[in-house]
Amino acid sequence: MNIQLHTLSEVTGFNGRPGHFTVTVQKHPRYIDMDKCIACGLCAEKCPKKVPDEFNMGLNKRKAAYIKYGQAVPLKYVIDGQACIYLTRGKCRACEKFCPTGAINFEDKGETVQLQVGSVILAPGYKPFDPTGWDFYGYGQISDVVTSLEYERLLSAGGPHMGHLVRPSDETEPRSVAWIQCVGSRNTNNCDNGYCSSVCCMYAIKQTLITAEHAGAHSIQQTVFYMDMRSPGKEFERYYENAKTRGIRFLRSRPHTILPGPGGNGVCMRYVTEDGAVHDENFDMAVLSVGLAPAPESRQLAATFGIDLDPYGFAQSANLSPVNSSRAGVFVTGAFQAPKAIPRSVTQASAAAAAAAEALHAVRGTLTRRKSYPVEINVHGQAPRIGVFVCSCGINIAGVVDVKAVAEHARTLPHVVLVENNLFTCSVDTQDQIAARVREHQLNRIVIAACTPRTHEPLFQDTLREAGLNGYLIEMANIRNQNSWVHQREPAAATAKAKDQVRMAVAKAALADPLETLTVQVDPKALVIGGGVAGLTAALGLAEQGYATVLLEKSAQLGGNARRIAFTAKGEAVQPWLEHLVAQVRNHPAIEVLTEARMKTAQGSVGHFVSDIDVNGHVRTIHYGAAVLATGAAESCPNEYLYGQDERVLTQLALDRRFDTDPDAFAGDGSIAFIQCVGSRDAQRPYCSRICCTHTMRSAIALRERHPHINVYVLFRDIRTYGKREALYQRARELGVVFIRYTRDRKPHVTADADSLSVACTDPILQMPLVLKVDHLVLAAAIEPNATEELVSIYKCGINADGFLNEAHPKLRPVDLAVDGLFVCGMANYPQPIEESLAQAQAAVARACVLLSQQEMQLDAIKSMVTDRCDGCALCLDVCPYRAIRLVEAVGQNGSTTRRVATDPALCKGCGLCAATCPKGGIFVQGFTPDQLRAQVTAALQVVNE
Amino acid sequence: MSSTFEPVILGFLCNWCAYAGGDLAGVSRLQYPTNMRAVRVMCSGMVHPDLVIDAFGQGADGVIIMG
Repeated sequence: MNIQLHTLSEVTGFNGRPGHFTVTVQKHPRYIDMDKCIACGLCAEKCPKKVPDEFNMGLNKRKAAYIKYGQAVPLKYVIDGQACIYLTRGKCRACEKFCPTGAINFEDKGETVQLQVGSVILAPGYKPFDPTGWDFYGYGQISDVVTSLEYERLLSAGGPHMGHLVRPSDETEPRSVAWIQCVGSRNTNNCDNGYCSSVCCMYAIKQTLITAEHAGAHSIQQTVFYMDMRSPGKEFERYYENAKTRGIRFLRSRPHTILPGPGGNGVCMRYVTEDGAVHDENFDMAVLSVGLAPAPESRQLAATFGIDLDPYGFAQSANLSPVNSSRAGVFVTGAFQAPKAIPRSVTQASAAAAAAAEALHAVRGTLTRRKSYPVEINVHGQAPRIGVFVCSCGINIAGVVDVKAVAEHARTLPHVVLVENNLFTCSVDTQDQIAARVREHQLNRIVIAACTPRTHEPLFQDTLREAGLNGYLIEMANIRNQNSWVHQREPAAATAKAKDQVRMAVAKAALADPLETLTVQVDPKALVIGGGVAGLTAALGLAEQGYATVLLEKSAQLGGNARRIAFTAKGEAVQPWLEHLVAQVRNHPAIEVLTEARMKTAQGSVGHFVSDIDVNGHVRTIHYGAAVLATGAAESCPNEYLYGQDERVLTQLALDRRFDTDPDAFAGDGSIAFIQCVGSRDAQRPYCSRICCTHTMRSAIALRERHPHINVYVLFRDIRTYGKREALYQRARELGVVFIRYTRDRKPHVTADADSLSVACTDPILQMPLVLKVDHLVLAAAIEPNATEELVSIYKCGINADGFLNEAHPKLRPVDLAVDGLFVCGMANYPQPIEESLAQAQAAVARACVLLSQQEMQLDAIKSMVTDRCDGCALCLDVCPYRAIRLVEAVGQNGSTTRRVATDPALCKGCGLCAATCPKGGIFVQGFTPDQLRAQVTAALQVVNE
Repeated sequence: MSSTFEPVILGFLCNWCAYAGGDLAGVSRLQYPTNMRAVRVMCSGMVHPDLVIDAFGQGADGVIIMG
């Protein structure tokens, strides 16, 4: 109700100042009335014009009247004005003839609208790199060379072959597939994309694993040609290692030519392995792992909004304010800002929402709309009077299912007092009609036989509430999506099924009870745990949005790891910024800072938590509605390469400390070596610490720039300067930093004598052993999470095998913890650089504000309910995934003690695992009671028993 | 007697995945046999074993729990 979608629109004008912008939007014609379109697809079926389907990368055809894909939002058809025969040549109008709702409007001219807004978020995304013209890869000439996005569509169940993997040339199943990484990324030779696209290594691994699943009994040989495998995200390294154990071949090589394969099918690839040998190998298919490039239209958009782009064409933003564009009040997010995968994009989107909302918090709620309803009629104890409405959905249902026969059948069912058949039950006039029938016939239960409750139940619940009935007195029979649409060639069987579906719905509705939506009072206060940059940013963000916030820090000082960092990857000075941030937090009237503080207990749930906090020996109690966990991580202490035994062996932070306090501290050195992955990507910590490669690049560059005479060596396994950080790797190479690769089974060996340290390794290019004499050795030590066991057991939230706090869902809810009301940000979640921690912190603020901004939180009524039959056996306690059930003891009047379980509705998600576990019907889920489910089963099987 | 056996199958479909998948099959017009009758549940874990026994007892030829 409070989101307005403008589709097919582009921004043509922008002016004003933060809080008072005017945006001019050109809305292009859809030629289909969105209010009338029911997405039946008849227009597309009847449309005679076929054009390449851009969603499937042109691998198949779509019609001129189309939807982009099945899950499109809004699910409304559109006519492609460039392709439509009527719009281009003046004849046809077939769609108009067949559209059952009269939604086609060829007179649609589009319109220009002006929007008054306070903040703007730009998220135009990216374009996949187009390798057309790269003749050495044969793309566009050899049909079995496809881009990774084309391959993605070939693998997809919604793709041109419905997920059956065949190669384009002869539509046979490939027996061997090869991927080439970094096509259009990390390349300043054939294109100007010097950055790493961040996502291609992981999607290539994903494609190999999915391909293996498709292969079934036949195995498909799969090879990935790469420069560095970059899997620096949470659980990514495990995924990569798993692919290796599954037989995927990873070859460090960049094939320089793809030629047509034997007989014109497949490809022949020529490549050189590290030993210098040249190989010619045939593959049935080649996949080019194309990078993420800025969309050409983004340049125009940036010009319209007057914001700066970086040299690549991505939006310019500072690492210390990751979602702010160069213009105040305009925020940027997603791959428009830098290439990034879904979890970071979603996180950044929430961060941008927080930034945009912070600027407007003073006027929050002034333009939002809320609906009001009449007082509910009490139907409790009334005998069911069921009204059944059977929808024809134009001909979508009626074209297959005999709706009249279904309606006739409904009339014979118990408790049914009214049956109607509507052309479109969801139309506005039918909604009014239903409300009128409720009043005329004193209906107290409604069955709608139409489409799916997943999209339409809220609409009908609303109708019931407007008619004064409880919204839960409705039941839907899905006779469209799960009947007429999937049984188009079996009308008789479909009609029989529809009758069964209606009978099942009626049986369930007869047992429906009005349910009360629960409301939880929200304590509009927040708690932030951890005083590093993530915690500080979260606390400041929450306070700026108007919520009293307590910041809890276990040490005596705020700032965390950032106190030891001089510069961001973009070279911004961290210390002055941090000092300002700490001062803002310390001086903010809405923030209370508790240092040397530890959480002791936490009670309650989302909206109203209570905790005891130990502050330097004194315990105090605080109340809050939401909490942000930002407990951080730290550089680990290495246990190899003579660390701790020889003072010339340093960690990265120790090097920084000496170099930052005295830039000439190493002036006397002749050589310095760095070893990467010290304690990362090994058996003990099978994850990549994400930030060390970039950190080493910065240090190596600073050393070479300051002291060109020092030889700098970097011993690495894969360089993982993802995204725009790749420019640092390039700069380091230009400055003459020597990179030597090692493998996990052939690690460098370090010995010391009085003059120098000796680092023995093998040079993979020369294929020769090498001993480097260096004056200092710098270890890129793994980042390990700070201890969270106590917090985890207090809040009952989860950590992964490496000890990092787990988000509820990496893509859908990347900063929520599985426990409602708790959020995570910063390195407590995973090692990450400042800009990513800040974005996560802002995202956590946005997510927490969704909660805190409601005085009362409405909860769905589908919750577990304890009955008299519960005897407190507590079997359900262990199975509840949300820990919503606890055991309570009560002393009866005769002094006997009874045990019962009790559920917390704020925690319960209504999954019903408790109900399925209970041996005696002591607990069930409202709206899905055992009686209701049994009634449905009986109704469904009635035909068998007749 | 009919020469082709048409089983009656009772399905319990999780609202969040299998039921949503069933809807998408509709949007995609994927055609499949009409033999199953679906009961929507909030989680496949909600299906009590008694319910499955009940279904067989009342003549179901098969029960499918999708989640």
